[in-house]
This record gives sequence, C-alpha cells and structure tokens, in this order.
Amino acid sequence: MLQKIYEWVDERLDITPMWRDVADHEVPEHVNPAHHFSAFVYCFGGLTFFITVIQILSGMFLTMYYVPDIVNAYESVKYLQGEVAFGTIVRGMHHWGASLVIVMMFLHTLRVFFTGAYKRPRELNWVVGVLIFFVMLGLGFTGYLLPWDMKAYFATVVGLQIAESVPVIGGLAKTLLAGDPEIIGAQTLTRFFAIHVFFLPGALLGLMAAHFIMIRRQGISGPL
Amino acid sequence: MVSEKDHNVSRRQFLTYTLTGVGGFMAAGMILPMARFAIDPVLQAGAAGDMTAVADVSDLTEQPQRFDFSYEQKDAWYTSEVTETAWIYQEGDEIVALSPTCTHLGCTVNWDANEDYPDQFFCPCHGGRFEKDGKNIEGTPPTEPLHKYEVEVQDGTVYLGKAEPQI
Repeated sequence: MLQKIYEWVDERLDITPMWRDVADHEVPEHVNPAHHFSAFVYCFGGLTFFITVIQILSGMFLTMYYVPDIVNAYESVKYLQGEVAFGTIVRGMHHWGASLVIVMMFLHTLRVFFTGAYKRPRELNWVVGVLIFFVMLGLGFTGYLLPWDMKAYFATVVGLQIAESVPVIGGLAKTLLAGDPEIIGAQTLTRFFAIHVFFLPGALLGLMAAHFIMIRRQGISGPL
Repeated sequence: MVSEKDHNVSRRQFLTYTLTGVGGFMAAGMILPMARFAIDPVLQAGAAGDMTAVADVSDLTEQPQRFDFSYEQKDAWYTSEVTETAWIYQEGDEIVALSPTCTHLGCTVNWDANEDYPDQFFCPCHGGRFEKDGKNIEGTPPTEPLHKYEVEVQDGTVYLGKAEPQI
C-alpha cells in the first residue's frame, strides 16, 4: 500500500533522488560505532539535533495552553501541568530537554575540538556552531522566565543586570530586552516569549541548515 | 503452513524491520503524550450541569417574567461570574423557562415588547417572533423554537440548568 503510494508519487515527481541526496551516503568506518565502539562520540551532534526536534515539538504543544501574560502565565502553566492529561510529561520533556540539549551540544563541541575537526577547511562550520551555541543559551535564558514564578523572575532580574553591566551599551541592551528601563514585568514577559518562540527558533533553524549543508559539502573530518 | 526454512529474511530486511520498529517506538513515545495533551479538551468529561437558584415559585405568574441570574464559570485557569437571563412563567403545575437568545442570529428577544405583537416574544434585530411557549412563528426569520432551560423546583425555589433546544 505505502509502496504503491510512493511509486505513484515518484513516477510523477521523481522524488527518489531528493531523499537519496539527503539520506543515502556511507558512514565512514571511523565514525561507525559498529567498527570502533569509541566512535559513539560522533553521535552527540545528531543527539543535539534529535533533542532540538523534541524541544520544537513539545514547545509547539505547550503554547496550546500557555499564555504570555503576567496575570495568566503562572496560572496557565499550573493548569497545563496539573490538570491537562500528560501535562507533566510534555512540560517535563521541554524542561529537561532544555538542559539536555546544552549537555549534548557541549559534548559535541568537545568531540569536534579534540578530534581537530574545526581545522581548515571547516573553520566556518565551527563559527556557525558557536553561533548555534549562543542561540541555544538565549533560548534557555528567555524560556526560563516564561512560567513567571519567583525563580523565573529573579533569574531574569540577575540576567538583565548582567546585560546592564556591559560597558556603554549596557543600559540600552537591558531596556531593549526588558521593554522598560526599570520594570521587569508585562513587557518583559511578552518580549521574552516572542524571542523564545519566534526570533531565536527562526535563527536556530537557519543556522542549523547552514551547519548541515556545510557538513554534506565538506564531509565528516578524517580519522585521528 | 510455512516452514521455518522458507523465512528468508535478508540481513538488509532484518535491519530495516528492526530500525523501523525501534524508530517507530521512539517516535510514538514522543508523539503520544503530546497528542493526548493536545486533545485533552475533547476527552474531558463535561462538568455535570450545575443548577442555579433563579427565582421563588411564588413570584411566578402566567405571564413570562424576566429573571437574571449569575453563576461562577470555570474556564481552565480563569474563573468568572457569568450572567444569564431567563423568561419564566407558570402554567398550571408546569414551570417553563425560556432562553432569550433568538434562534435566528442570536439577538436578545423580549416578551411583549412590540405594540403590534402583544403576548409574543419579539426580536428587534430582524423581527423574529415566538409564541409564549417559545414556538417560532411561521413567516418570521427564526427556524426553531427558543431554547428551554432545564428546570428543577426545590423548597419553593426554581433552579435552572442549561438551555437546551426544544426540538
């Protein structure tokens, strides 16, 4: 049945070369854990991507109940976690995934560093990777505020003070992030929400696309 | 009966099955909680219709009278006071409570409000009219009778539930 549908579409649109180009390539021996078990260190990049997919999916579902508003944010999170079926699980996936994605990314960075994979001609991909790292930290920082509880609020107070401590542009940066020179409140929450669900994920998808296209063009770096 | 020998599963096929199976299991583990989370409103048991005390039986007459009543509505994390209106009258032993929402486009009808149509419910928006028992009058826009509240009488007090269609 599936085979028939696939053939019907393929006959008309010739989709086979498309997915072949993406998926059908040999895994070099030195990155295949079946050959050398130690090659599992090459999995961390893929795991980062896998968790990112979970983050995007669970985040999409969370916004079905979440409200980015200082009056309702906390109550809506409490409701979705306490009253909605599987709320604890879905929010848990997003909560723990956020930490795990940082861990995986860090391990991936260590692997790239210690195998020297960042060297010429892959310097640009290292740069893009570092940008992805910053975007992820930004996602973690903006997402932390959204439940609008005490921990979230005071973590953001501290985070914005750090931004403010930057010479010359610190004050401007803080106002830009918080939406108000003094208050951390209604405007801060909506801003952080917008940054968390639209701006940074957009940037992340673009950067990841660049990251993957570069890998495909340059191939995985050789064995040590 | 196929004998064990005829099961020629190639290495490639075995790997395809295994990977699809494991992959499908992992994908299901991810998607199922989220899907169940999303469809929760559909599966949540409707709250048992709470009845609200609206009027004393002794206040009722043969003529429909307007009674406003409010109750607490729980909408997920938001609780608010909602006010509704009912036109209530007594006919013999029976107490009838009609919703004032016109069944045409949802404007609010009034009893005996138009001089030309005494003793009828009249809707000012498009001239929809209803009999005293809520039946829509032929030739006016509404296509069904006014909705009727669930009525319960306890110790001389009229309690109303949800307004339901009469047909």
